[in-house]
Amino acid sequence: MFYREAGQFKTNYKADSAIFPIFQDRMGLTLIVAVAFIIPLFGSDFLINSFMIPFLIFSLAAIGLNILTGYCGQLSLGTGAFMGVGAYSCYKLATIFPDVNILIHILLSGFFAAGVGCVFGLPSLRIKGLYLAITTLAAQFFLEWAFIRIPWLYNYNDSGAIEVPQRTLFSVPITGASATPMARYYVILALVIGLTWIASNIIRGRIGRSWMMIRDMDIAAELMGIKPLNAKLSAFAMSSYFCGVAGALMVFMWLGAAEVESFDINQSFDILFMVIIGGMGSLIGCFLGAAFIFGLPIFVRAMPDMMGFAMNSATADHVSRMVIGGLIIFFLIVEPHGFARLWQITKEKLRTWPFPYA
Amino acid sequence: MNAHDSTLHAPGDGIANGAELLRVDNVTLRFGGVTAIEDISFDILKGEIRAIIGPNGAGKTSMLNVINGFYHPQEGTIRFRGDTRTKMKPYEAAASGIARTFQNVALFTGMSTLDNIMSGRSLKMNKNFITQMFYYGPARDEEIAHRRRVEEIIDFLEIAHIRRQPVGKLPYGLQKRVELGRALALEPDLLLLDEPMAGMNLEEKEDMSRFIVDVNQQFGTTIALIEHDMGVVMDLADRVVVLDYGKKIADGEPAEVQANQNVIDAYLGVPH
Repeated sequence: MFYREAGQFKTNYKADSAIFPIFQDRMGLTLIVAVAFIIPLFGSDFLINSFMIPFLIFSLAAIGLNILTGYCGQLSLGTGAFMGVGAYSCYKLATIFPDVNILIHILLSGFFAAGVGCVFGLPSLRIKGLYLAITTLAAQFFLEWAFIRIPWLYNYNDSGAIEVPQRTLFSVPITGASATPMARYYVILALVIGLTWIASNIIRGRIGRSWMMIRDMDIAAELMGIKPLNAKLSAFAMSSYFCGVAGALMVFMWLGAAEVESFDINQSFDILFMVIIGGMGSLIGCFLGAAFIFGLPIFVRAMPDMMGFAMNSATADHVSRMVIGGLIIFFLIVEPHGFARLWQITKEKLRTWPFPYA
Repeated sequence: MNAHDSTLHAPGDGIANGAELLRVDNVTLRFGGVTAIEDISFDILKGEIRAIIGPNGAGKTSMLNVINGFYHPQEGTIRFRGDTRTKMKPYEAAASGIARTFQNVALFTGMSTLDNIMSGRSLKMNKNFITQMFYYGPARDEEIAHRRRVEEIIDFLEIAHIRRQPVGKLPYGLQKRVELGRALALEPDLLLLDEPMAGMNLEEKEDMSRFIVDVNQQFGTTIALIEHDMGVVMDLADRVVVLDYGKKIADGEPAEVQANQNVIDAYLGVPH
């Protein structure tokens, strides 16, 4: 009744090619962004620091992986390592050039990840599918090794960890121990919104189409004049850039310090689950998937307390794992194409509601 | 759509109608011990509809694959628009003006009809990454200019109603039509159609035939066509080349070929 494009006529192709051609969609998005901006004013620091910040960071990483896997069809298990490249290069940049603004370092660090991603993307020109996943697994293990064995990367710290120095933006601390969750949250929110917008622009243009052409039918794509080398490596580069920025944000604006364990294979799997559960080839799916995979354990662990019976933390942890595993299977059976598809179906149903046969 | 309004036409590079557009010279293609194509020569003239026919396994599709660079023949050369070439990549063939459709529809199934046909414009789009990133000015203008061309093709093929649908869900006949549209979006000089009417009913075949003739006459696109429906071939084609077991057994006007004893033997068999 309310969600309907009736009467919204497009009189030129410019209006027709808008990201959200339907007025109700634009309103909805405005509402979501507005809520995202005012949440810190009402929410507790716990909500901001333990859910909203990591949710946004993982959404960004999921967008990165989705560009590669969902849009270009190249399966990757090296996401965690590419996030690590971003984090470690941001750390090196911040210690080598301490006077440059940290935001610039974070955005630059993505380029290092993009470069590494391109190198490990080269095998994709010859191999596909699961076999490619194995070669990206090699990237994962090699980079993890490098993060431990090359002490230069963590400035020869005895702990082997990278620790985030304090940096400010407009003299408000945004990294380090004294940065408030609210300040960090706004910086991350702005970055994630900006990068998501860029991703959606790229995807709807020529480059995004070339990725999807390679994904759907690489032979036909070549016949349309697409060079597989350019299409695949640009997907690897862009994907790794997003993952790298997400990794830098994760260490600098959320964890505060990190060791190699933060970028291990489990991290790669988590991001992959976010993409699969959220929906391959969908940007909104990245956010839904990140909220589900990251948010659900927090919620499940908090459940016993909320419902008033005591459970020791180890049991809660095990229960939450079982519940989440079950839910993942459940959702994949109900809708193999993920939340994004469910969302799409809901919207289609809404268009005809409450008169589905009209 | 009126022919005079159309901005879609084969550029042609000054090759006169009836002059040689493509020449295949003594091409031999082997896969290990199997000789798929043996010493075949023929030409395609600008502006004609050239049919390639033959029984199953005659090497017709292999021939198309050689022409657009999927296979590299062991012997022989291909001359396109006066340039002789030995090895080329499929995307180079596309850039030089050869487009093609496939026997088994090879559409981008996850994309909409509109995006599929837009993908045919990829080669003509060149705005850089930065402008695309922000989707402003040049990148958006380019997108809209190409959208306009693509809408012409959509009108021409009468598929406006499925513009936004993912092509994977379309019926087969429409998929074939979208695939033709995608090839047309390249504005090719030479259009290779690999069994455009396979698996269609009579009505769909008639529609497709009409589109092929219209493409040939309105846009001036030269067409090479593989087809098993002899009625269609004899009606549409200006000249026919017949292959059998990788060898050329006849070449000429439809009526000539029809009367050729070798062709009759190849299709009907000979008593031993």
